[in-house]
Amino acid sequence: MKRRLIGLLLATAVLPAMAQAPAVPATPAIDSGDTAWMLTSTLLVILMTLPGLALFYGGLTRAKNMLSVLVQVFVVFALVSLLWALYGYSLAFAGDGRFVGDLSKAFLRGVGMQTVGALATIPEYVFFAFQGTFAAITVALIVGSLAERIKFSAVLVFALLWFTFSYVPMAHIVWGGGLLAQDGALDFAGGTVVHINAGVAGLVGAAMVGRRIGFGREAFTPHSLTLTMVGASLLWVGWFGFNAGSAGAANAVAGLAFVNTVLATAAATLSWLAGEALHKGKASMLGAASGAVAGLVAVTPAAGYVGPMGAIAIGLAAGLVCLWGVSGLKRMLGVDDAFDVFGVHGVGGIVGALLTGVFAAPGLGGTGGAAPEAFGMAAQVWIQFKSVLFTLVWSGVASFVAYKAADLLVGLRVDEESERQGLDITSHGESAYAR
Amino acid sequence: MKMITAIIKPFKLDEVREALSAIGVQGITVTEVKGFGRQKGHTELYRGAEYVVDFLPKAKVEVAVDDGLAERAIEAIEAAARTGKIGDGKIFVAHLEQVVRIRTGETGGQAV
Repeated sequence: MKRRLIGLLLATAVLPAMAQAPAVPATPAIDSGDTAWMLTSTLLVILMTLPGLALFYGGLTRAKNMLSVLVQVFVVFALVSLLWALYGYSLAFAGDGRFVGDLSKAFLRGVGMQTVGALATIPEYVFFAFQGTFAAITVALIVGSLAERIKFSAVLVFALLWFTFSYVPMAHIVWGGGLLAQDGALDFAGGTVVHINAGVAGLVGAAMVGRRIGFGREAFTPHSLTLTMVGASLLWVGWFGFNAGSAGAANAVAGLAFVNTVLATAAATLSWLAGEALHKGKASMLGAASGAVAGLVAVTPAAGYVGPMGAIAIGLAAGLVCLWGVSGLKRMLGVDDAFDVFGVHGVGGIVGALLTGVFAAPGLGGTGGAAPEAFGMAAQVWIQFKSVLFTLVWSGVASFVAYKAADLLVGLRVDEESERQGLDITSHGESAYAR
Repeated sequence: MKMITAIIKPFKLDEVREALSAIGVQGITVTEVKGFGRQKGHTELYRGAEYVVDFLPKAKVEVAVDDGLAERAIEAIEAAARTGKIGDGKIFVAHLEQVVRIRTGETGGQAV
């Protein structure tokens, strides 16, 4: 009798457990660690633009133009963030075209609390937000070339057009499954999409807007290298979100990208300073800040693919090559790229993209990319080279068209009197510093 | 009355002030200025852009004195401001037509 009762009890105990046997999960679960890290990374990249880039550029400009630089960066962030939601995200990351996606997610249709985007373990909203900050900073970088003489309305018109025809397609081509992604190009966080893209746009724009009045004769002394240093520091710190966040998860790849972002930047700072000291006799604060940014730019495509020693090598190279980019090369090009967007971001992006092909090699401490056993350095460098060339051409053409359109619609440059007086007063009716 | 204007090296300001005070000059106006005479400037380098900066920071000291005190004031400034190196500055002496103390309305020698 007792045994029968115990048997019955056991049976009733087991039954519910059997009924609750779990079914195979249909999709991978949202990982709260990944999501927390990606939200944090998004914040860090926003900080890079607001106020990092704004102050970095602001300190380099003359006092009479300070507010114009700050407001251009600020407004570009706002404008691009909106456009990203309206159609940018969709065209970049929805759909399968070789050059551009589709409008299936325009106005964030179909993006909801349960959906995931390209990354399986984070909510789609988070992926959308993270990618949006990249779009914003890329466009904001360009104003550095055009500073001190560009019309405010031209900045807005150009930003809309260039975002639409250069950034969004490039993002799709490299990250959204388009042409270069299929080709096997390695670009971890945006050496092509962000830096070469913006660098070329800056160079083309500076050439089309023309040199500032007094270029080569008057002293265009930066009015606050103190603020430039603050800006550079915010850029370096924020860049950990840019690079390590591009791992898309809170894992060892993010850890590797984090480490590489420390080391490449440190190496580039020192190599730029060494180059300066050897060549001109003095190491400067602006040199240190510029070297750091050059290293950050160069490690951007490499961050999750190269080993730490490879990152150091990339940094050392970037510091020296970009130093040449803002001096010797700049003189050769003869373009008044006011804050050296091409010299640092363009040149640094090219250096980084090519060296990624070298140092991603497992033999040199790299991860070997998507298929490590099949990695061939020469083949990879060739793929990288093609991606650089593609970006140079695409950005060059798209930028030219965008500037031309802006020129026809509103005119690119302020008149001479306004430029002399300063854009703060003439474009914005305000003064940065009490006189 | 004389208006004595002296352009001096900024770090000499305290010495000049004390020297003038010691001979009985009670009021002084100081302005931060920039300029050059025969002293060379310096070169500043911002990335690839090199600029020669001619203007050097100086201090302008202005004192109004009675004619009787003028000679000693000039000597005091000269002695205090001199380093012997290029860029020490200059002293300009001009005739002062009228002086008024705003608080009391005193004029002339009373006001200096």
